[in-house]
Amino acid sequence: MIAARIDFQTEPARYRHWRIATEGAIAELILDVDPDGGFFPGTELKLNSYDLGVDIELADAVQRLRFEHPEVRCVVLRSGKPGVFSAGANIRMLAQASHAHKVNFCKFTNETRLAIEDAGDHSRQFYIAAVSGACAGGGYELAISAGWVMLIDDRRSTVALPETPLLGVLAGTGGLTRLTDKRRVRRDRADLFCLLEEGVRGKRAVDWRLVDEVVPPSRWETAVAARAAEFAARSDRPTDEAGIRLPPLTRHFSTDGVAYEHVRIALDRPARRAFLTITGPARLPADLAGIVAEGAPFWPLAVARELDDALLHLRFNEPGLGLLVLKTTGDPSAVLAADALLDAHGGHWLVREIRLLLRRVLKRLDLTSRSLIALIEPGSCFAGTLTEIAWAADRAVMFTGSRTGNNSGPATIGLSPLNFGTYPMGNGLTRLQTRFLGEPESETRARARCGTLIESEEAAELGLVTASYDEIDWDDEVRLMLEERASFSPDALTAMEANLRFAGPETMETRIFGRLSAWQNWLFQRPGAAGESGALKRYGSGIKPEFDPDRV
Amino acid sequence: MQEGSVVDYDGLIPNNVGLKDDARVRRALETWHPGYIDWWMDMGPDGFQDALVYLRTAVGIDPEGWAKFGFVRMPEYRWGILLALPQADRTIAFGHHKGEPAWQEVPGEYRAMLRRLLVIQGDTEPASVEQQRHLGRTAPSLYDMRNLFQVNVEEGRHLWAMVYLLQKYFGRDGREEAEALLERRSGHQDRPRMLGAFNEATPDWLSFFLFTTFTDRDGKMQLAALAQSGFDPLSRTCRFMLTEEAHHMFVGENGVARVVGRTCEAMRQAGIDDPADVERVRALGVIDLPLIQKKINLHVSLTLDLFGAEISTNAANAFSAGLKGRYREDKIDDDHRLVDSTYPVLRLEDGTIREQQVPALSALNMRLRDDFIADASGGPRRWNKIIEEAGFPFRLGLPHVAFNRRIGEFAGLGADPAGRILPDAAFIAEREKFLPNDADNRFLEGLMRPEHRPGQCAGWIAPPKSGVGGKPGTFEYVRIEG
Repeated sequence: MIAARIDFQTEPARYRHWRIATEGAIAELILDVDPDGGFFPGTELKLNSYDLGVDIELADAVQRLRFEHPEVRCVVLRSGKPGVFSAGANIRMLAQASHAHKVNFCKFTNETRLAIEDAGDHSRQFYIAAVSGACAGGGYELAISAGWVMLIDDRRSTVALPETPLLGVLAGTGGLTRLTDKRRVRRDRADLFCLLEEGVRGKRAVDWRLVDEVVPPSRWETAVAARAAEFAARSDRPTDEAGIRLPPLTRHFSTDGVAYEHVRIALDRPARRAFLTITGPARLPADLAGIVAEGAPFWPLAVARELDDALLHLRFNEPGLGLLVLKTTGDPSAVLAADALLDAHGGHWLVREIRLLLRRVLKRLDLTSRSLIALIEPGSCFAGTLTEIAWAADRAVMFTGSRTGNNSGPATIGLSPLNFGTYPMGNGLTRLQTRFLGEPESETRARARCGTLIESEEAAELGLVTASYDEIDWDDEVRLMLEERASFSPDALTAMEANLRFAGPETMETRIFGRLSAWQNWLFQRPGAAGESGALKRYGSGIKPEFDPDRV
Repeated sequence: MQEGSVVDYDGLIPNNVGLKDDARVRRALETWHPGYIDWWMDMGPDGFQDALVYLRTAVGIDPEGWAKFGFVRMPEYRWGILLALPQADRTIAFGHHKGEPAWQEVPGEYRAMLRRLLVIQGDTEPASVEQQRHLGRTAPSLYDMRNLFQVNVEEGRHLWAMVYLLQKYFGRDGREEAEALLERRSGHQDRPRMLGAFNEATPDWLSFFLFTTFTDRDGKMQLAALAQSGFDPLSRTCRFMLTEEAHHMFVGENGVARVVGRTCEAMRQAGIDDPADVERVRALGVIDLPLIQKKINLHVSLTLDLFGAEISTNAANAFSAGLKGRYREDKIDDDHRLVDSTYPVLRLEDGTIREQQVPALSALNMRLRDDFIADASGGPRRWNKIIEEAGFPFRLGLPHVAFNRRIGEFAGLGADPAGRILPDAAFIAEREKFLPNDADNRFLEGLMRPEHRPGQCAGWIAPPKSGVGGKPGTFEYVRIEG
């Protein structure tokens, strides 16, 4: 269906659907979808409806505004088209797309919506949505990812989540969950709202907390500007520092895989697996000034961007590779040194951004529906931030002792202060806290070993790895584990892993990915939505969809 | 006696819907009615609320009842609620429910869609009253003034018709929508009417005649499509409204004909052969034919936007649901389901306008637009006869559907009235030839001097051939001092 590789790399000069206009502390992020720029042939992106291509640009824009524009304190999301904010995800695209594409598309858009919230909550780059015109479905979901939603009160503009009445699916990009969990809309009102195809406007939209304020057209522009200025004033972002440029990633695609500067993907198609190897830092700047001067090539930032791109590439372009083997290579002490830099300068805007990006990328790994196996071998550098990868994995196995003919010494893993709060998962807990839900004292014991490199036996004893094997057993145990994993039902593994990975408390984020997405993905499989006579397929034809009357 | 034929002649509100016994609607109207009167006082004809106007009032649906003539002050006009008689055993004529008995109550499944159709239709009715509220002051004769006010009070009654349906069948939501219909204002920045053409100004009487010729004809097409509705109360309402809409179009078409006639007459008397000799024609105090064409271009293009996008999901859904049919659905010979048929639609493809076959259901807006164009071309045909008889080599016509559009396939396209796509610069340069410019509008404004003496007519328009309601053209239709 899509012959070309889906690429997540873009830059403002190449955008077809968004414009960024910055003026001092305020940026406008303007949605103006090119109807002919759809991802699938023949899908016309009418009324600012979006598909993956539109969202790839949005994700890029959100990221760049954080890194390239430290001076921007408030971002105003608005439409470049009169009379419409956004009609949401393009229905014809959803009707054409494969199940896997739909699921991955929704997951990615959800991650981008969360990145918008993350920018406000943690980068202090606040988003407000200035909704002028019809705002439906995914368009409203986008709007409520902003921290403040303004709706023009021209007696016409409405906000709506019409997915269920219109399409037989859900407002699945966080919409239902944000209504109840973020905006705290009363559930009976949410029920009314979600079944009201035409949506809600004006005062009622405010009364029901669907939007934060309504403004008549005559005051609209001044009100938006004033609100943006008010949010900007709350920010702690620097006014006098230059941003860093995010240049295109250096990548080389081949039939065997993808080579980035610090990340390498090696494909083993017959075995339906991919090896992802991260190389530790070769050199690091000495201080904050050095980090700022280095910018995008600074190892933690470069690794984060590359790993992010690699994960998205695997998700969208290599669906058949169900097993992702995670490896590292390099000097663990150098990784701990990089962490020390990130730890020491956490208050600086750029370091804060880098830490937040790493946190988002690690979450992206948590949410990647592949079996994740970390191999901690001699010569690897699972330390500090990179150790999070081992804990994100479904299993992490560690080599005991040295390997014959390899002089890099025994495998180790190392902990840094960043492992204890900097990289929480979607559930709000660190990976270690989640790992040790039933034995919190284990986290305390691990914390005591912070800063040292731990060898295999102790790592196993501390519960930091799944198992350890010495040279005699390693090759066979690893081979058997990988082969066995590949033999199980891929669907069942996806489902099982998603259940086991996110132990502990529910958050809006876990509810979006765990509950809303799961139900949405179920609907995407059901005949009433995706069948030949289902609502998605029949949308726009005027012909009534057919539903299965039996409740499941 | 047949149900629905009982008419309450005596009450304040002429109706044949049993208002007397309908506590729910009566209660809703008790709130809405004062608001409506306030709206009429604020937004109805400016300066003539106390005048006695010789108006037709519909007090019943039979031939005697629907056209009672008499002098009345407009705020005291008896707006009523009248539905055409029910047809026995009426069935739904099209769509998914074809053949099922017509609905007497709103089907829950289609409640939102139906309410939206009513609100959009309802919103146009008061809008045109607002657009036309200043025209009384520049009326070219008392006859024309009376016609304007007749149109206005009837648009008011059409609002009542939609409000009745909202209040009767849509509960609280319907009552709220009925209130909102009184809150929006044509052309208001903060509270505009819903559709573009209804937020445009009607600055002069030529605009009024063209509005009633073309924009009211859109109203006719929409009402005719809704008259086919499987929701029987809506069908009956629209069938009765259509009887009045015909008069509005007559006022428009005949008005333009009188303007054209007067221009031809003046040109002939002055010995002007070239209709394009605009300056000399205008010096005679009549409206030159090229300007009439420009105004046609403007009003027709604005009206075409009212038909919506060429390819429309909403239209498809409303048809399949049995809520809104095609124009004269009952006269069309096909399966009335349209699931497998196609319809030709003009589309913009690689920079050229081409006809494309598209699924008929999604092209229903186009079909109605095509029917409109066929229906509307009668006007220019009539007007051209006058020009032809006067011996001038000039013909009026409708602009191409791609001209001056803001909605749909051709929105923003630089096409001329013949449908040729021009390069942007050329279009901007030529625009003044296609649409009224500032000088044109100033000229028209200058012409609009009131003529309030009985039997007299402004110089730019011919007197009417006959009067109204059995009265002669010289009759004092409006007693301004009342």
